[in-house]
Amino acid sequence: MTRTARLWGLLGVAGFVLLPWYMVPGGVLSLGWPGDPAGASGLVAVLGGRVWLAGPGLALLAALAAGFLLRDPQARAKAWVICGVAGLVLLVAQGLLILGDGPRLAALGTAAQPGMGLGAFVTALALLFITTTGISARGRGRGDAFVTGLVGLIVALVGVFVFYPMAFVLIRAFELKGGAGFGLSEFLPRFFAAETWSLACLAGGWCGPAVNSLALALATGLGTTTLGLAFALIFTRTDFVAKKLLRVLTILPIITPPFVIGLALILLFGRAGTMTEFLHWAFGMEKTRWIYGFGGVWLAQMLSFTPIAFLVLIGVVEGISPSMEEASQTLDADRWQTFRRVSLPLMRPGLANAFLLGFIESLADFGNPLVLGGNFNVLSTEIYFAIVGTVADPAKAAILSMILLAMTLGAFLVQRRWLGRKSYATVTGKADNGQHASLNPGLKWACYATALPWAAFTLVLYALIVFGSFVKLWGYNHSFTLAHYKQAFAITFRNGLHFTGAAWDSYFSTLTIAAISAPLTAMVGLATAYLLVRQKFAGKDAFEFSTMLSFAIPGTVIGVAYVMAFNFPPIELTGTAIILILVFVFRNMPVGVRGGIAAMSQLDKSLDEASIMLGANSFTTLRRVILPLLGPAILAAITYSFVRAITSVSAVIFLVSARHNMATSFIVGRVENNEFGIAIAYSTVLIVTMLAAILALQAVIGRRRLRRSDRVAA
Amino acid sequence: MTKGSVRFENVTKRYGEVTALKPLTLDIQPGTLCTLLGPSGCGKTTTLRLIAGLESASEGRILIGGQDVTHLSATYRRVSMVFQSYALFPHMNVLENVAYGLSVKRMPKAEMTQRAEAGLEMVGLKGFGARLPSELSGGQQQRVAVARAIVLEPEVLLLDEPLSNLDAKLRRHVREEIRQIQQRLGLTAVYVTHDQEEAMAVSDRIIVMKNAEIAQEGTPHDLYERPASAFIADFIGDANLLDVEVLEAGAATRVRLLDQTHDLPLASSAKGPAKLVLRPHQVRLSAGAAPGGISAEVSYAAYLGNSIQYTLATPAGEVFAILPPSATPFRKGDSVTLSWHPGDLRLVAG
Repeated sequence: MTRTARLWGLLGVAGFVLLPWYMVPGGVLSLGWPGDPAGASGLVAVLGGRVWLAGPGLALLAALAAGFLLRDPQARAKAWVICGVAGLVLLVAQGLLILGDGPRLAALGTAAQPGMGLGAFVTALALLFITTTGISARGRGRGDAFVTGLVGLIVALVGVFVFYPMAFVLIRAFELKGGAGFGLSEFLPRFFAAETWSLACLAGGWCGPAVNSLALALATGLGTTTLGLAFALIFTRTDFVAKKLLRVLTILPIITPPFVIGLALILLFGRAGTMTEFLHWAFGMEKTRWIYGFGGVWLAQMLSFTPIAFLVLIGVVEGISPSMEEASQTLDADRWQTFRRVSLPLMRPGLANAFLLGFIESLADFGNPLVLGGNFNVLSTEIYFAIVGTVADPAKAAILSMILLAMTLGAFLVQRRWLGRKSYATVTGKADNGQHASLNPGLKWACYATALPWAAFTLVLYALIVFGSFVKLWGYNHSFTLAHYKQAFAITFRNGLHFTGAAWDSYFSTLTIAAISAPLTAMVGLATAYLLVRQKFAGKDAFEFSTMLSFAIPGTVIGVAYVMAFNFPPIELTGTAIILILVFVFRNMPVGVRGGIAAMSQLDKSLDEASIMLGANSFTTLRRVILPLLGPAILAAITYSFVRAITSVSAVIFLVSARHNMATSFIVGRVENNEFGIAIAYSTVLIVTMLAAILALQAVIGRRRLRRSDRVAA
Repeated sequence: MTKGSVRFENVTKRYGEVTALKPLTLDIQPGTLCTLLGPSGCGKTTTLRLIAGLESASEGRILIGGQDVTHLSATYRRVSMVFQSYALFPHMNVLENVAYGLSVKRMPKAEMTQRAEAGLEMVGLKGFGARLPSELSGGQQQRVAVARAIVLEPEVLLLDEPLSNLDAKLRRHVREEIRQIQQRLGLTAVYVTHDQEEAMAVSDRIIVMKNAEIAQEGTPHDLYERPASAFIADFIGDANLLDVEVLEAGAATRVRLLDQTHDLPLASSAKGPAKLVLRPHQVRLSAGAAPGGISAEVSYAAYLGNSIQYTLATPAGEVFAILPPSATPFRKGDSVTLSWHPGDLRLVAG
């Protein structure tokens, strides 16, 4: 522990003395020359007159001195905490007070400074870990420096990349007109505005966006959970022949870029859609615009989010110890009773998580309502239009997003109540060896009847998308062409290889950024889940709440918040790839957290304790015992965040730059220009890419082998 | 010199309002097997987890091998534990499980495998290394857990109800094995159980706990022969507790039981109400009424082959007796007279 603190002290001092304190034009990670004023290290900057930077450096030196000079461990620990906290406070204070165009307070003179760079980052990190090591040396967290360090790191990350930008949105929501300060006098009337909460649709009119969002989210949450459960049960508890196909099929919708499902639904069910034409021709059914509205958006969301429910539920359904089901059967319960009274209650954490994810995803969904909403307004699109519409109204956007936040947080609290304090641990250290009970015929056919038509429908939709990418103009001219692919992905070989297609740039940067952010997301998410499930520390509830918060914030709001917060010092990231990676990590991290919590609460705690008792520290335990047992959860987290990074549009659209364009914003541009062919062709390529990536990931991480076989008893 | 000793100095443990352990002071001698015995919720598991470092003490000091480990995390204590659930890692095979602690210490692979194999051999599972825990029987899993704990050569081996998941026949066998391994390696072992017979069979010393504190500690012989309270007398080896009044205290004692007075060859300190400890196998029975004994009626008789167990209804309450088999056993409803050898009796506070 002493070594940890000294190491961080040395590292921090090295960063302060050697690395460029400020952002170098080439990006945060480039080094620049120490002599170059722009690349000056903290020490050089202090000598050059920026005396306010001396604080963090001195704090580091003091902590280092305490580590080497003080003999009494408790006094040393106390010194570390004091130095670390003081250094961090000084660092944050100078960053917030002295901006690019001068200090906020006139008393501080006229000095200005650019955004923080690598040196500042290393210094801050060192100060943070010195503090947490000190805290653990004082006996907190059972004296485990890894645990306190992890808590500190995640709190700092969430604070800087979720709370700090959201503070800018909040300030907007409570700001009074004309810069007259802050207050509730404008906030409250707009929060409870009748147009937002109108129930007019019950009387034949149009409801307010808040009501629409809530109804849609409930319907989507229930629907996706039911379908996801049906798929998970077919997958684990029946001898269904085409399981592999089913798995691919359920993954397809999440790897689909936004707008594509909406577009396909319109071309199928719109007024001039293929299906509508057919029904009109065959049964004389009237052509209507039903797809534009609640029904259409709901259908699209069900297609998009059922796989999320499936991914959450399959881990849980697989994790239920067979001996529980066997116990029930030996107690003379039949297969239906076993399912109803034992298996289903044990799935409660999974069901609750699946519902919560579907509910929140639906609330935050932006692409589907935009394409299919028609007059059916929801909060997320209203927020988008409040920001980019003809009359920009950031205050309205801020207030609407607070309504959205209230709904998601409400769902979160209800879920916690429902789960209560029961134990759902079924994988204990005592190995068991039974086989899962198969479903009774009635339930089996119910699952088939729910899931299989759905699977067929999805299949048709995707066939149509691929078909559409090869025809000249879908719906009108169905002659075969490769023109769309050529335009997007042409390669020429004159004087070597040239990627001349219009889409290559965005394609490569999308893949790079997704590949970087996916493992980071999974790491942050699972580490948080580990702390929440396995460790006890003060303020754990607040910690959990804050990590879930970023998920409740819709992408449009996060995008705007990031632009507002990271456009100027102290943290200046707009236009870089880092801001895109950050937005993906902190937007998708709650999925990793929830998945990790659900999976980890099924692992008996004595496994961790056994590892600790055998001399492993928490980090080794995490790496060698918990992570290997969490295979499916890790796979789900990496897959999901990779795919989300590729397909998300709402937050990204505000953050892309000429250098780092993303596939989705490229597609949106094509859709806006009515170039559907190239949009669909690009989407098809993305789908194939993601499918390949998912299959590769699955092959690498593989399945855990806990029991003699995973076969289902006949 | 004190390697392997365990010492608690006024250690307490609280969870919020609940006191799991009242100030506890104890000493465990190196190389001995000490059992923490008591009914569930008595604090024995908390004590074990405090030694392990899986819980941190609210107050007081914990020393292992003379070194203060109160604030040391479990990782760095030279202590191993065998869990009630075994806690075998399901994704590792048997050899990997046993070698886990060694590999965490970055031992060279060849030495690691060799020591793990030796550990498996010690528990009689040579050749099982490649199997998964789920492919072993309960008793075998238990032995893997023991092997995994002892290959680290810990200063102290902790066992948390290690036999509770085994069937009765296996239990006696495994507890003998554990005891032999402990003695062969000269390990200090702390053993938690609620089964007094198991405790008597394996322990050098037993610490009986009740209501978050120590009720009595001593060798199995001490606890059985000199119980300090009615609770101990009943908990360690069954006992019939008869209400008596001490009439004369001192080197010899005179008590009144029902309406009779008895002179007992044992020391007592105070006059007043007390309880007489009468072990079931110390009960003597004779047919009909006889002077100097207590009249009783047989309310239940069970023939066990090597003994006969009687439940007797007496004016002093129900008495349980175990007698050697006889050619003419008593039957339910028989009137008998109950007597004893005065030297067998013990007196505990009421």
